[in-house]
Amino acid sequence: MDTHVHDRRRFLALAAGAAAAPLLTACGAGFGGNDDKSDGSAADDVTGSFDWKREKGTTVKALLNKHPYTDALIADLKSFTEKTGIKVEYDVFPEDNYFDKLTVDLSSGRASYDVFMLGAYMVWQYGPPNWLEDLGPWMRNSSATGAEWDQADFFPNLLQADQWSLKAGAPLGQGGQYALPWGWETNVVAYNTELFKKLGVKPAETFDELTELAGTIKRKAPGAGFDGMYGIAVRGSRSWATIHPGFMTMYARNGLKDFTVDGGKLTPAMNSPEAVAFTEDWARMVKRGGPPSWTSYTWYQCSSDLGAKKAGMLFDADTAAYFQAVKGASPASGKIAFHPGPKGPGGSLATNMWIWSLGMNAKSKKKSASWLFLQWATGKDHLRRSAIAHNHIDPVRKSVADDAAYKDKMRHLPGFLETFETVVDQTKIQFTPQAQFFDATTSWAAALQEIYGGKGAQSVLDGLADDLAGKVG
Amino acid sequence: MGWRLTLRPYLLIVPALLLTCGILYPFGLGLYYTLFDFSASKPQPDMVRFENYRAVFTQEAFWNSAWVTVLYAVGAALTETVLGVAVALLLYRSSLLGRVLEKILILPLMIAPVIAAIIWKLMLQPSVGVVNHLLKPFGLGGVQWTDTPTGALLSSIAVDVWVYTPFVAILALAGLRSLPTSPFEAAAVDGAGWWYTFRRLTLPMLWPYVLVAVIFRFMDSLKVFDIIYALTEGGPGDSTVVLQIRAYLEAIRFQRYSFGISYTIVLWAVVYLAAMVLVKHLGKIQRKAAEVTT
Repeated sequence: MDTHVHDRRRFLALAAGAAAAPLLTACGAGFGGNDDKSDGSAADDVTGSFDWKREKGTTVKALLNKHPYTDALIADLKSFTEKTGIKVEYDVFPEDNYFDKLTVDLSSGRASYDVFMLGAYMVWQYGPPNWLEDLGPWMRNSSATGAEWDQADFFPNLLQADQWSLKAGAPLGQGGQYALPWGWETNVVAYNTELFKKLGVKPAETFDELTELAGTIKRKAPGAGFDGMYGIAVRGSRSWATIHPGFMTMYARNGLKDFTVDGGKLTPAMNSPEAVAFTEDWARMVKRGGPPSWTSYTWYQCSSDLGAKKAGMLFDADTAAYFQAVKGASPASGKIAFHPGPKGPGGSLATNMWIWSLGMNAKSKKKSASWLFLQWATGKDHLRRSAIAHNHIDPVRKSVADDAAYKDKMRHLPGFLETFETVVDQTKIQFTPQAQFFDATTSWAAALQEIYGGKGAQSVLDGLADDLAGKVG
Repeated sequence: MGWRLTLRPYLLIVPALLLTCGILYPFGLGLYYTLFDFSASKPQPDMVRFENYRAVFTQEAFWNSAWVTVLYAVGAALTETVLGVAVALLLYRSSLLGRVLEKILILPLMIAPVIAAIIWKLMLQPSVGVVNHLLKPFGLGGVQWTDTPTGALLSSIAVDVWVYTPFVAILALAGLRSLPTSPFEAAAVDGAGWWYTFRRLTLPMLWPYVLVAVIFRFMDSLKVFDIIYALTEGGPGDSTVVLQIRAYLEAIRFQRYSFGISYTIVLWAVVYLAAMVLVKHLGKIQRKAAEVTT
């Protein structure tokens, strides 16, 4: 009997040990993950003369976001395979899930995808844990990069937006090149010309005028034959994406900063007296002329409201208006014009931007082939074809922006080219680069919602600044 | 022969042991990770012991989320129970209509909660949503359902109620149909009224079934994510950020893995304790119901 008990104990002890062994092993291994990182770049392995066919027969796996720019890329993939002999397999996810999918995939440390779409803000999150390949050595290696790629042809502010030293608060344009600009969006005001004509109004040149105009449209548009129309569509959902288009553009035009940087230490500045006053003004504008159910508004709703003649104006990405403005796209198509939007004090047209960039997985086993893909996707030929034959507008390359065929294509949209040319040099990332960007901006959007809901701006933004002070730095 | 007999019981428990390990392994791993400061910015973490839990409990955001979670769970479970039992009683009394309605009633359960939330998001849209359109004749057309903290929470609960009330109703209906008829016949002979019969007979005997539904719904509501995230994303402000959403944001969006897991472990403890209390209560109620039946 004693032996039996002893046996059972021994068995349970062995079973527990067997169960715990992989647990402990996995725990140890779970944190490792970076042991195969080499000091040198894989770009150094590429030697000899440049050859598009160098990786013939290889397959590159891409993760893409559902977007008209993506459609243009997919439509032209055949030419890449013909040029290089490299096959591209891809998965496309809608934007709501895209970044979660990418984040989880990269954080797993596997090389499920060799290349992917990302924004400049994602560099701040994915760069510090070494998930992104530094493309600088690839760009500098003439064996890996063809002469026709022409780095100088990119708008400098776009190329710099994906360069960072990985140090919180350090300005962009220094350090590694963690992605390449591929397609971008500048934030402007688009408006319904039919409505403006009927009401006899003009685009606002100051923020006070914009607030007034938004209210006027909400009051008068229904009487002018635009039933249910409100003044201005701006994003309002509890997401980082609410802060970066119109709000951050106008915030920057007022000379305001998200953080101040002193000796590498970041201090939240969204509760400065000027920032509080501006935030109150923004919430007031939304209340007076913004969309109903604003707190759930993403760019999809903003864009479709402009197209459906539910919004008189849109202060968001130019592409959000463009896709409604093209012929046959919406009830408002042919009646949408573009304007740089209100100027800040002193005439500032500082504009925040979004860049759809392309990056490479640092764990990719096919870096050479992936680099050829990135080179082709951001090259002159593909981008020109995409801009002219498809809807890959807002060129990242000067040669495409200056191309006569591109200009001819865009000329029918009133104010589009003029607006683009007016703001292009003043458009840049207006946020301070730091790894907690998504936490900071999601909390900022929540604060904006609370102020819109009637809470005191100063106390809400003080709370936000206190919370963020402990997280960044 | 002897060793075979000795080994047999152990061999028989192998499948259960494997299953248990399959459940415990990820759980244990998660628990272990909470003792580190594992995040995207710190892939080589230090052991911080219970620092993550201390940080969770000292965070104002945690207590806000805990409060919202409790409000949501109690509100949803209570409403679903009352409505579910009421619907079951109606269907039980009207047998022909009951059978038809029973088939329709199950429809919301066949829709994924996230899809239900999106459908309701469109229906609650202030300017083009059908709800305000229907309320317009009563002078209530301009309601901004999810723009205020109270409205957002109540709207989320309403969607939960829409999806899961049929679950409670079906369970209660099954319970009603399984009740013995003799106590009701005796009550009818004694001239007992409907309310008296319901209070003294139906409800006590039905309670075990209802409590099973309450346990399921309360535990599920404590863990809600999909409905709220699709409807409000946790807004406006932090008004509908329940613990699951907070954990998701911390672990996935902000990549503070250990901290995010700590949130889920705390939530697990709350759900576990609540379930233990309710299950214990269920035993007592079952005994009482048995007394009424006999």
